[in-house]
Amino acid sequence: MAEREQIKKQAPSRSEPEQVEEVPAGSKRGEELKAELDDLLDEIDEVLEDNAEEFVKSYVQKGGQ
Amino acid sequence: METEYGIIVRGGGEPNPIAASSALINAYVASLARRIEWDFQDESPARDARGFVREVQMAPEIETHLVNAVLTNGARYYVDHAHPEYSGPECSNAREAVLYDKAGEAVLARSVEAAARLLGPGQQISVYKNNSDGKGNSYGAHENYLMDRAVPFSRVVQHAIPHFVTRQIYTGAGKVGAEAAGAEGVEFQLTQRADFFEEEVGLETTLKRPIVNTRDEPHCDAQKYRRLHVILGDANLSETANFLKVGTTALVLAMIEDDWFAVHGRDYSLAHPVAAMRQVSYDLSLRRPLAMADGRQMTALAVQWEHLELATKYADDIGLGPVGGDEVGRDVLRCWEEVLSGLESDPASMATKLDWVAKHRMVTGYRERHGLGWRDPRLFAMDLQYHDVRPERSLYTRAGMERLLSDEEVQRAVTEPPTTTRAYFRGRCLQRWPQAIAAANWDSLVFDLGGDPLRRVPMMEPLRGTAAHVDELLARCSTPAQLLEMLGS
Repeated sequence: MAEREQIKKQAPSRSEPEQVEEVPAGSKRGEELKAELDDLLDEIDEVLEDNAEEFVKSYVQKGGQ
Repeated sequence: METEYGIIVRGGGEPNPIAASSALINAYVASLARRIEWDFQDESPARDARGFVREVQMAPEIETHLVNAVLTNGARYYVDHAHPEYSGPECSNAREAVLYDKAGEAVLARSVEAAARLLGPGQQISVYKNNSDGKGNSYGAHENYLMDRAVPFSRVVQHAIPHFVTRQIYTGAGKVGAEAAGAEGVEFQLTQRADFFEEEVGLETTLKRPIVNTRDEPHCDAQKYRRLHVILGDANLSETANFLKVGTTALVLAMIEDDWFAVHGRDYSLAHPVAAMRQVSYDLSLRRPLAMADGRQMTALAVQWEHLELATKYADDIGLGPVGGDEVGRDVLRCWEEVLSGLESDPASMATKLDWVAKHRMVTGYRERHGLGWRDPRLFAMDLQYHDVRPERSLYTRAGMERLLSDEEVQRAVTEPPTTTRAYFRGRCLQRWPQAIAAANWDSLVFDLGGDPLRRVPMMEPLRGTAAHVDELLARCSTPAQLLEMLGS
């Protein structure tokens, strides 16, 4: 947990030049897209594996081609 | 197209990916066998799904030796390097190649369902169409292109590398973080695979991977053809990204065959191709210029625009026969232009077309909603789950992606072969006479008719054995013996 908290501190959105540009806020299409994304995120909350940390950690593959 | 899938059995026991992969494939083949019996009672056996496997074992839960099945759609489904691998049948154009790659996802999803019934309590088998475990282990999604043997390989290397490096802007499947040394600061990148490439040209596929792979195993007439084995691509779920990956590359290779770059005095050789692969993959703005060998600076987008311009001229002057015809070829050109325009004006506008943009939108949205750092395991979990082959678990299926294919044609492609290559002959023979075929390879079928020695039917021409060539012949044969007699083999 310590690791996660430590990382959290640096996370809040410093300006990131490499980030993909957002759709301009306020435009109708922009609002539609935001609503769509909100619905999608709600759904992700429902289906995302419960114990993400264990889920990710356990996924180890042998290298292939 | 051939895809190695990631596989894991969670919930008890030592992980054994080879056993899990074998069980997965055997469970699929066994489920087909059951269907045949069932359909047989229905008296319509000739039209039904059939699988064929050498040494069919009906006890997949204990079967651990390497499995090698050939499916009635002409694909090969087997265990390779501790992964289940689906190699789609030979296709004559980009759309068909994408269709049969998508059918592979359906095969894997059905396999997971079939294998789930064989697992112990609390166990769960998961399969992912991705290329990395996030811990430095990668597995491939390879493309194979039939080329004229007479083309000097050095020319292929010279003109294919710039396309391979710059096409990543639309072929990338997206990845949270990075796995290359010195890339610890990367939060999100365009591709799964760029972290794993260390050479420009070479024979390796599992370590020191090269941008251009020199494996020379054409599976057809080696005097006439070369099979260019392209190993650096990502496994795409997006049909648009997959279509562009194969369609643009087929066009670029056709241009190389006709020496189109030299004719027009173009050379996009990069000063540092291996470093450029990562530079492109790590640059979400798509604006950082690449150093060209001749001293120019060009963005990946600019290189792609010039390739599109050359390809359009090629289509106008030479035609689109070399990439499977006008209809699909023109679709590739239109789609290519649309995607480059979209990426140039606003990459986010491609969120329902390209895998990396769709994944980036989900991950950044989720991260902002929950105030997460970029190293939060939930973001890595989302990345992985984007690629889950089970539609009910997959995040890809929730991304609202635009489709090029219908579900009906994908389902049909799970059992029916493409009609325009030798895969048609392979698939039809496997459908009609599975018991009489001792082995099926890319370039031959081996028949076992009982007492006689095994009889081998060579298929050295990938564009023969099509429906147009063999449908009439097959209709006249009611037994494999008749077929062999007519073929004179």
